[in-house]
Amino acid sequence: MANLAQPATTRLNSPQAVARRRRQYMRERAIEALLFACAAVSVVVTLTIVLVLIRESLAFFSHVSIVEFLTSRTWTPLFSDAEYGILPLVLGTLLSSLVALLVALPLGMVIAIYLSEFAGARVRETLKPFLELLSGIPTVVYGYFALLIVTPLLQATILPNLPGFNVLSAGIVMGIMIIPYISSLSEDAMRAVPDSLRDGSLAMGATRLQTSIKVVVPAAFSGLAAAAVLAISRAVGETMIVAIAAGQQPNFTFNPTESAATITAYIAQVALGDLPHGSIAYQSIFAAGLTLMAMTLVFNLAAYWLRKRFREAY
Amino acid sequence: MPTVLNIVSPMDALPPPKMEGVDVKVFYGAKQALFDVSLPVRNRSVTAMIGPSGCGKSTFLRCLNRMNDVILGARVEGAITLDGQNVYDKTVDVVQLRARVGMVFQKPNPFPKSIYDNVAYGPRIHGLSANKAELDGIVETSLKKAGLWKEVADRLDQPGTGLSGGQQQRLCIARAIAVSPEVILMDEPCSALDPIATAIIEELIDELRQNFTIAIVTHSMQQAARVSQYTAFFHLGYLVEYGETRQIFTNPKEARTQAYITGRFG
Ligand SMILES: Nc1ncnc2c1ncn2[C@@H]1O[C@H](COP(=O)(O)OP(=O)(O)OP(=O)(O)O)[C@@H](O)[C@H]1O
Ligand SMILES: [Mg+2]
Repeated sequence: MANLAQPATTRLNSPQAVARRRRQYMRERAIEALLFACAAVSVVVTLTIVLVLIRESLAFFSHVSIVEFLTSRTWTPLFSDAEYGILPLVLGTLLSSLVALLVALPLGMVIAIYLSEFAGARVRETLKPFLELLSGIPTVVYGYFALLIVTPLLQATILPNLPGFNVLSAGIVMGIMIIPYISSLSEDAMRAVPDSLRDGSLAMGATRLQTSIKVVVPAAFSGLAAAAVLAISRAVGETMIVAIAAGQQPNFTFNPTESAATITAYIAQVALGDLPHGSIAYQSIFAAGLTLMAMTLVFNLAAYWLRKRFREAY
Repeated sequence: MPTVLNIVSPMDALPPPKMEGVDVKVFYGAKQALFDVSLPVRNRSVTAMIGPSGCGKSTFLRCLNRMNDVILGARVEGAITLDGQNVYDKTVDVVQLRARVGMVFQKPNPFPKSIYDNVAYGPRIHGLSANKAELDGIVETSLKKAGLWKEVADRLDQPGTGLSGGQQQRLCIARAIAVSPEVILMDEPCSALDPIATAIIEELIDELRQNFTIAIVTHSMQQAARVSQYTAFFHLGYLVEYGETRQIFTNPKEARTQAYITGRFG
């Protein structure tokens, strides 16, 4: 027991105290090292994936010129007179993601505004689990939903000439799938807007709707943009739905009512087949994967820029 | 039970009440926060509300523009009149009411928009300007009345949140007066500001009195004495004493008022 009558410095410098501090320090360091190791694993895994992608892509590009890869409008790596133009796949990917975004962004935002600004606590707590459920449905189920329900429905109503495989249905269903990403992230962003801003707006005589749209949404803009970009990344990377419902024919088109293949659909198709290791077609999936990663990276950089540009201080 | 004492001053020189609380009771759920408060807010003058924390000053202020409507479980009884009409009447449009009774908050809360858009917010919502030139005019006059024009005239497109605390509060005042309200409510408008910014706002309040009726909540006795003509002292949800500021500070009728202004509790 330390003698309380001693001055504090003496007590703090007693051998026991020094030893205890030493042990504490070692323990802290050990925990820190462990945490660092966990963080490092994720970095190492990411780097490994990127390295593998790049290595295989380099092998691919030793056979196929980058210019052809980026400019040719035909992608037929599995044919005997193979052509390697990634553009049709990029277009298919962007087109289906765009359709998905056109569905998910308005719906997701409306839902988020309702949940954050209008719904009472009870309604919110009831609705949210159902929304989360949407993102829990296996994508293969969504794929068949698009193929067997949405497409026939569109054919029977507004688009009688719609082919059985088309980007539109896949995009719409993908949009439904990413609604929860947008709505729940947007709701979080809007609920983080301080009430003092809402009070300020209401006290000006604004209605709740005006307050939501003119104050809360702009104030939460960077969060909303991040939500949208995350949803795009999710859509761009989505595989099953497009592979099932959009067809697997690479198609250089801007028309969503045609069938088309996306980068992911192509990778899935080829990876499942029995291509010889090291063949150009085999290597092409790595080049395609690298392209997909580059696209996602661009979206993330855009999100970063948006956040910086429109960072809202409140 | 503390008694409610409503000092009715001689009628002659006093301006008529612009707003008036009549037997106002406020409940938050089961908890009663205000007990039968009757209090005039006189035309073109500053009425200060003072009292220890939690005594119901903000609660009363929020009755005047029905901001209590926003609080879940809040219930108001009694009447609040504006030019003789009960603002809690079913026929009263709360949007209109808040255009006539503006509010400035304790913490400056400019919207994350440009200085211009902050001031233009109200006029746009209420459709007060026919064109851009007119709106420009409203923004300029409001900023001038709030004493902020000179400091921001060359950067109206910059975010309002980038201003200093005192400037932000003046921006909020400009925002409030841009819709030409008749009454301005201020809930401790200087409590987040330094003494210099406070002095500027106090001066501003004194000028605004020419055109607006002002009700201000403050924790600073000196501030109440400096800016107001009438003072109401609240304690534990009751209005203890109301009168001309000079009288309240020099010759309070209630022992509790005396004790509070001399700093013996609160
Ligand atoms: N939203 C609310 N929900 C429940 N009770 C509340 C609410 N707002 C205020 N009260 C209660 O009502 C009483 C009066 O509060 P009010 O905010 O009007 O006091 P005040 O005089 O403004 O105090 P202060 O000087 O600290 O701002 C307090 O007891 C407070 O706890
Ligand atoms: Mg208060």
